[in-house]
Amino acid sequence: MEFLPTVWFVVIAVLWTGYLFLEGFDLGVGMHLLFSARTEEQRRVMLNAIGPVWDGNEVWLITAVGAMFAAFPFWYASLFSALYLPMLFVLFGLIFRAVGIEFRGKGKSARWIRGWDVAIGLGSLVAAFGVGAALALTTTGLPLDANGDRVGGAFAWFDGYAVIGGLAAVGFSLVHAASFLALKTDGDTRHFGSTFARRAAPIALVPFLVWIVALQVEKGTALTWLIGVVALIAAIAAMLANARHREGWAFIGFGALLVAGMGSIFMASYPVVLPSTINHAFDLTVANASSSPYTLGVMSIVACFGIPLVLAYQAWTYWVFRKRVSGDLIPAAHPVEPAVRQQAVQPALRQQ
Amino acid sequence: MQLDPLLIARWQFGITTVYHFWMVPLTIGLGPVVAGMQMRWHRTGDVRWYRMVKFWGKLYLINVIVAIATGLVQEFQFGMAWSEYAKFVGDVFGAPLALESLLAFFIESTFLGLWIFGWNKLPKAIHLACLWIAVAGSIVSAYFIIVANSWMQHPVGVVLVKGHPVMNDVWAVLTNNTAVTAFTHTMFGSFGVGGAFILGISWYQLWQRRRDGIDTVDATGRVVPGVAPGIPGRDGSDHSIWITSLRIGAVVAIVAFAGVAISGDAQGKLMFQQQPLKMAAAEAACHTGTSFSVLSIGALGSTTCSDVVPVIEIPGVLSFLAKGNFTTPVEGVDQLLPQYEAKYGTNLPDNPIYGSRAGEKIDYLPMMEVTYWGFRMMIGFGGIAAFAAAVALWLTRKGTVPRSKGIMLLAVGGILAPFAANSAGWIFTEMGRQPFVVAPNPTGVDGLYMFTAAAVSPGVSAGEMLFSVIALTLVYAVLMVFEIRLLVRYVRGGIASAVPELAEPDQPADDDHPKSDVLAFAY
Repeated sequence: MEFLPTVWFVVIAVLWTGYLFLEGFDLGVGMHLLFSARTEEQRRVMLNAIGPVWDGNEVWLITAVGAMFAAFPFWYASLFSALYLPMLFVLFGLIFRAVGIEFRGKGKSARWIRGWDVAIGLGSLVAAFGVGAALALTTTGLPLDANGDRVGGAFAWFDGYAVIGGLAAVGFSLVHAASFLALKTDGDTRHFGSTFARRAAPIALVPFLVWIVALQVEKGTALTWLIGVVALIAAIAAMLANARHREGWAFIGFGALLVAGMGSIFMASYPVVLPSTINHAFDLTVANASSSPYTLGVMSIVACFGIPLVLAYQAWTYWVFRKRVSGDLIPAAHPVEPAVRQQAVQPALRQQ
Repeated sequence: MQLDPLLIARWQFGITTVYHFWMVPLTIGLGPVVAGMQMRWHRTGDVRWYRMVKFWGKLYLINVIVAIATGLVQEFQFGMAWSEYAKFVGDVFGAPLALESLLAFFIESTFLGLWIFGWNKLPKAIHLACLWIAVAGSIVSAYFIIVANSWMQHPVGVVLVKGHPVMNDVWAVLTNNTAVTAFTHTMFGSFGVGGAFILGISWYQLWQRRRDGIDTVDATGRVVPGVAPGIPGRDGSDHSIWITSLRIGAVVAIVAFAGVAISGDAQGKLMFQQQPLKMAAAEAACHTGTSFSVLSIGALGSTTCSDVVPVIEIPGVLSFLAKGNFTTPVEGVDQLLPQYEAKYGTNLPDNPIYGSRAGEKIDYLPMMEVTYWGFRMMIGFGGIAAFAAAVALWLTRKGTVPRSKGIMLLAVGGILAPFAANSAGWIFTEMGRQPFVVAPNPTGVDGLYMFTAAAVSPGVSAGEMLFSVIALTLVYAVLMVFEIRLLVRYVRGGIASAVPELAEPDQPADDDHPKSDVLAFAY
């Protein structure tokens, strides 16, 4: 066993899982904002519930990708070039989502607001689907040649696993976000969150479970099967907690489903990081895709301090913004008018 | 016509990077100023500083989000479009990127969120600290990115193992002298952008106050500030806010350009040693000599250098730029090209990694019209901006701006000058590195370099790249339209656009009563 590459495989698995956990509810909230929210007040409650944290959560993706580049350049290069178009759409999704969140409230016309709602909602949907598809494909394989390059054209990556992985991320995000809204908001939105989670979870979580089981059937060991079963139990427990309006426990339960599920998937995949569907001799593994021991050693030292520090200050952020967001206290959106002398204000000036 | 993936991938990298680096210097330049203003407010309690923080902070955030969104593309496209590059350099190049996100970008994003939503919620000192931490994060982040870029300009801290660079000294990579000078230069360049931005917008506001008859001047030309109770925000503190902002912006711009000049000189001298051909191309210096070309004409794009005609030259200046004296001759293109050919080959190797280019003759001379004019535009626009900032200080010495609309338009248009200088500088230094993506280090490991022709993803089709470059360009154009529209809307709204209490008198004024039970609704 290669010690440092294995450590970094674990670190990257943790980073991706952290990303799906945290951005799962951000992206799901983005989708709910477009597809489920009924009133403008509800949309603003949803957006402000993730407002202080979504940007920090997105950095988990940037760090996961950066860590892949640094620790497993061959994995990073092959995965991203093989998935050229899907990754491009992930980028578009994340760009429009991010800009939408910041710009939406800064205009007043209905068209402006609606337009950014669509950008946030579709952007979140596309990003979640693309990330899910990419992660599924890195566990199930891509048509790669001996040099790690994609064979067979721009859509050669497309197969059933891409769809299952994409749906898994979208479905999980929707449920996780509903549970998050039940926990973090009040009024309509809180009610919507628990109702949606109750009704949708049995269907929306199926693709994720299919991905977990498919991986176990193909590569699982007794241990990874066991963790997969833990994921299933967590899902059931979360649904039960949600039905009893134990919102905190439900959220933890769905989170545990994700952690155990991704754990079983990554553990079953180890030591292969990206299989080739053409010939298993071309598989990228923790051994042949990784950087030198020196580089991994340096980064391990930094990560030892860096990751706990990130967890600490991000946890503090959640503590600062721990209160439920509700529509009662929402300030009215204020129009921005040019600060110039206009007809309407002339009388006031003349009096002076 | 046969589409060339390499050419498309290069255009894509150029477009996305230059675009990203419009938002980045504004973020880096504005951040410390806004934080400084909030610190003043914290110390003095003067509401004018509070309003400045709110207004400039609003513009800052509108811009930051586009910087963040377009930064993602940068990180992804090394793998997407440049997989051979990523594999070749990953051992050393990936680390600064990973460290950037882990040590800097996490901090920037998380604490920026705390700052945006933390008004009235966090204790004031901690809220201020959040902004400073976020700003520091953005600067540290820039350092790591410059470290990565500088390694491509001047690879250090590695050994070659089976033809691949393997890092053996991370400290050398992090303290690369190329990175230290480039970082300093880039930081000052960014502060110049921030200063000119604040200067131009403040000028516009003061001009509007004069046009609307709110401010007048007495017989000596000194300003007599007025108030316009009918216009939200145009109250007793408004004039002072804008003239203070204007002076801050102008001073920041002037100091920044002094820094740019000093750091640029150091960087130039370094580049003459590290990439002599880039600098010779920047000077269109065909023959060895000491003269600096003020203007050269002719076929700058030619590869032989035989058609370049220097029109105006100043003897000695080139030697001063390169070596610090007026007499040491600087090697010209005609002398350097044979050296490069002898050292790195006349033709690309017959290796499948070069695709259809294998065996092609290598042109070591960067596109001279780009390097020559890029270098001059960088210096020219930077100088114009510095001069304009000094003139602006003088013109506003009596407390307001002239009524002239033309001068106002110049001041607002002047915001673009440092942006253009930044873009020109980056285009110069990146195009000047060609045909290498990793330039050889003359005093470093022998045989460590990579031709750009070998860096592109072999598995990605030209069609995919063409689609992505068109789609990205369109998306970026749309983002630009929306960002500028929003910035313009908030600028025209003045202080009240960022401090809504001023437009709604029923609400408690400003920030005197923190209400910890009310949740922040920033969106």
